[in-house]
Amino acid sequence: MTASASTLPQWWLDTRAAAWDRYNAAPAPSRADERWRFSDVAGITLDGLAIEPAALSDSEILALKTKAQGALSPFRATLKHAASLSFINNRLSHSASLPGELTAKGVIFCPIEEAIEKYPQHIQTYLQKHDVALGSEKFTALNTALTTSGALLYVPKNVVVELPLILEHIATDDDACVYPHTLVILEDNARATLIEYFASAEPGARHFASGVNDLHAGAGAQLTYIGAQSWSSNTLAFQTNSIVAQRDARVTSLNVHLGGRQARHESHSRLQGPGAHSEMLALTIATGAQQFDQRTLQTHQAPHTSSNLLYKNALLDTAKTIFSGLIIVEPDAQKTDAYQSNRNLMLSDAAESNSLPGLEIQANDVRCTHGATSARIPAEQEFYLQSRGIDPAQAHELLVAGFFEEVLNKLENEELHAVLASLLQTKFKK
Amino acid sequence: MQTSTQPEIFAEQEAAQAAAIGIDQSLGDFTYDVKYDYDAGSGLTENTVRYISAVKKEAPWILDFRLNALKTFLAKPLPTHWATKDLENINFDKIRYYLAQGQKPKRTWDEVPEDIKKTFERLGVPEQERKFLAGVEAQFDSEAAYSNIKDIVAKQGVIFMNSTQALREHPELFRKWFGKVIPTSDNKFSALNSAVFSGGSFIYVPPGVKVAQPLQAYFRINAENFGQFERTLIICDEGSEVTYMEGCTAPKFSTSTLHSAVVELVALKGAKIQYITVQNWAPNVYNLVTKRGLALEDAEIKWIDCNIGSRLTMKYPGVVLKGRRARGEVISIALANDGQHQDTGAKMIHAADETTSTIVSKSISVGEGRATYRGQVHIPKHLRGCKNNTECDALLINTNSRTDTYPAITVRGDKHATQHEASVSKVSEEMIFYMQQRGLTEAQAMSLAVNGFINDLASQFPMEYSVELKRLIELEMEGSVG
Repeated sequence: MTASASTLPQWWLDTRAAAWDRYNAAPAPSRADERWRFSDVAGITLDGLAIEPAALSDSEILALKTKAQGALSPFRATLKHAASLSFINNRLSHSASLPGELTAKGVIFCPIEEAIEKYPQHIQTYLQKHDVALGSEKFTALNTALTTSGALLYVPKNVVVELPLILEHIATDDDACVYPHTLVILEDNARATLIEYFASAEPGARHFASGVNDLHAGAGAQLTYIGAQSWSSNTLAFQTNSIVAQRDARVTSLNVHLGGRQARHESHSRLQGPGAHSEMLALTIATGAQQFDQRTLQTHQAPHTSSNLLYKNALLDTAKTIFSGLIIVEPDAQKTDAYQSNRNLMLSDAAESNSLPGLEIQANDVRCTHGATSARIPAEQEFYLQSRGIDPAQAHELLVAGFFEEVLNKLENEELHAVLASLLQTKFKK
Repeated sequence: MQTSTQPEIFAEQEAAQAAAIGIDQSLGDFTYDVKYDYDAGSGLTENTVRYISAVKKEAPWILDFRLNALKTFLAKPLPTHWATKDLENINFDKIRYYLAQGQKPKRTWDEVPEDIKKTFERLGVPEQERKFLAGVEAQFDSEAAYSNIKDIVAKQGVIFMNSTQALREHPELFRKWFGKVIPTSDNKFSALNSAVFSGGSFIYVPPGVKVAQPLQAYFRINAENFGQFERTLIICDEGSEVTYMEGCTAPKFSTSTLHSAVVELVALKGAKIQYITVQNWAPNVYNLVTKRGLALEDAEIKWIDCNIGSRLTMKYPGVVLKGRRARGEVISIALANDGQHQDTGAKMIHAADETTSTIVSKSISVGEGRATYRGQVHIPKHLRGCKNNTECDALLINTNSRTDTYPAITVRGDKHATQHEASVSKVSEEMIFYMQQRGLTEAQAMSLAVNGFINDLASQFPMEYSVELKRLIELEMEGSVG
């Protein structure tokens, strides 16, 4: 492995070297591993990809940045926001800094490499403090070894950032590999919303992405995280997400999955202090031969904690989805209230949904329930729309929008709700 | 928390079971000295398999079947990537794979050897019981010691005998379905059973015959470190109906024993099979059982499975819904007390249009007991109108009790409906308070609440089993509160 930037501190170079060793030592995913049950592990191949991004000349970087102008995310284009950062093929291509009043309060929003140099204490304290441990450890290690893109968001105690912050990761040209890495630290009673957007510049290019985000909410903090991906139809994507909520903290995460040939998303919430709550939401539209693999874990480590998971998938064509979720209630976590629900809307006779909603309960005074359903649109609803002259494809679009509304309604920001609804619609326009 | 020790509870449990069928079983805790005519020794090699086959004077195809199964068993790894690590504690070399006295199954009580009669009396299958337990096949170790098929059943043309005998007398019927519902290579333990099986029941019900009385079998493990590998095959011909019940008791032994049965059910067009199990093995038994039914057009298979005993039970009764409009149902009750792991569940494999399946599972974890539900529902491509409904509820009694739920639901296509729901709860304090206010002790209140939790399922059992189950649960609950 090569060290791309000589200015990086030695501790970070060591961290990367260790991660590179972990990546090489870890075995490839296998179906014999319960965490990869139902996955198409044969589709996970990095053959022919230059996984280490090559060094570029100044003119090449300039050409990339020019290209990035065209790939403006719907979020940055339409939402009022506090600051934004964009990366194209792991390189910073745009940045709009925080307003002075926020920086004066100590808020930090900067590229991850800058954070490593300037704020090593935050990185060293929080970066991958907790493993996600849902199966993609190999790819998480690869991310740590190679990441140059991503950001640190740090909000000090009692500071509220009203407007959302936007992060964009764009991959361009065939065989590009990207490694977004996001670290969010909200100190006690802080509040912020972060929107992360992942996309390919070309709809059919071959891309590989391995992203990591680490979200930490201190006591009483309120964090809203939106992750939306619209990778190319030939992208292999991994994303792992870790959420830690301290006493009375409230974290809402919504992940929207639209693109990719095969996309796996792992999300692990840890409820560490009484009163902590994690709202875990996801919306997926699976079309063509796409495969979406979602694995979740809700770990209740303290009493009086709650979590609510709602993952909705709409399946068309020959698409395949896997949802594997687990709620773990540790022995001391009495009075836990946990819910987990996976709803699959089957819109094609050749689509396949797999649902593995699990529970591991080691405390007795709890309320834990889960549910999973797979069903088609009721024939009456379809008939109602068609009898009013709406063609079947449009009827599907409307019904999917209605199906997803329950999740979008959980967002307080109405502007954001509207942007996400129209982003979801784009999937039907293709 | 625990006011009684485990052995006491166990003794009470046996007493309750005895009381339920009207016998004194305070004598239940014993090791009986039996002289075995045939003993394949400890450990498993090709010679063990050849020995078993030779003793049973089997046809060459059965020996080949066994030898192939042995190869599969040795080649297959333990399923530890999803299963409990406790499986690794089984020492296959210490298990004795075949013990028998070698006498032919007896039809009349008088013909049963004296020392076996003595064991049966202590077990609670005395002479007077025979009159009531119609059609009981009491399996003494590996062989059926006697079989007493009611005249009516035989007159209807029903074949009910032990598997060894059926292989000899009805090879054409047996061979047609043997190993077809559960292939040898299904899992490591079905392969083990296929290599060393002995005993178990064979039932054939001719077309249109409805067997009014439930047929019963009574199993008991009776030698230390002796695994029991019974093989049961039930075939219900077109439009016929049968209910089969198996209940298990085992004396206590100090080292772990292994019970690994294979039960295959075949319901031909329009047939109905109901298979009822009350499992109450000693807390040192590994109970690793493969049970599956094949339901053809309009057929119905229902498993009623109740697990109370054993150290570790892994059992997921399944139905392959092979014919149009076939119906499958699993009703599962599990109670896990200290030191026990009940890893139970169900499998529903839909393989034809308009097939429906239902799974209802209720588990109770007491003390440090662990109850696990593991389920699989599979609806493949190009089918239409399939439905599954799964409900699993878990009740946790003590703060250190544990429960897990691991369902897997695969649906292909848009012509189906599946629904899975699970909940975990404890007995509410208000409920206990209400009952205590009316003069019940806390333990009585808890016991009543637990019986209420499973009542809608327990009522589906035949009366005597339902009563037995209730008493067993009451006894299990004693000392669980306070």
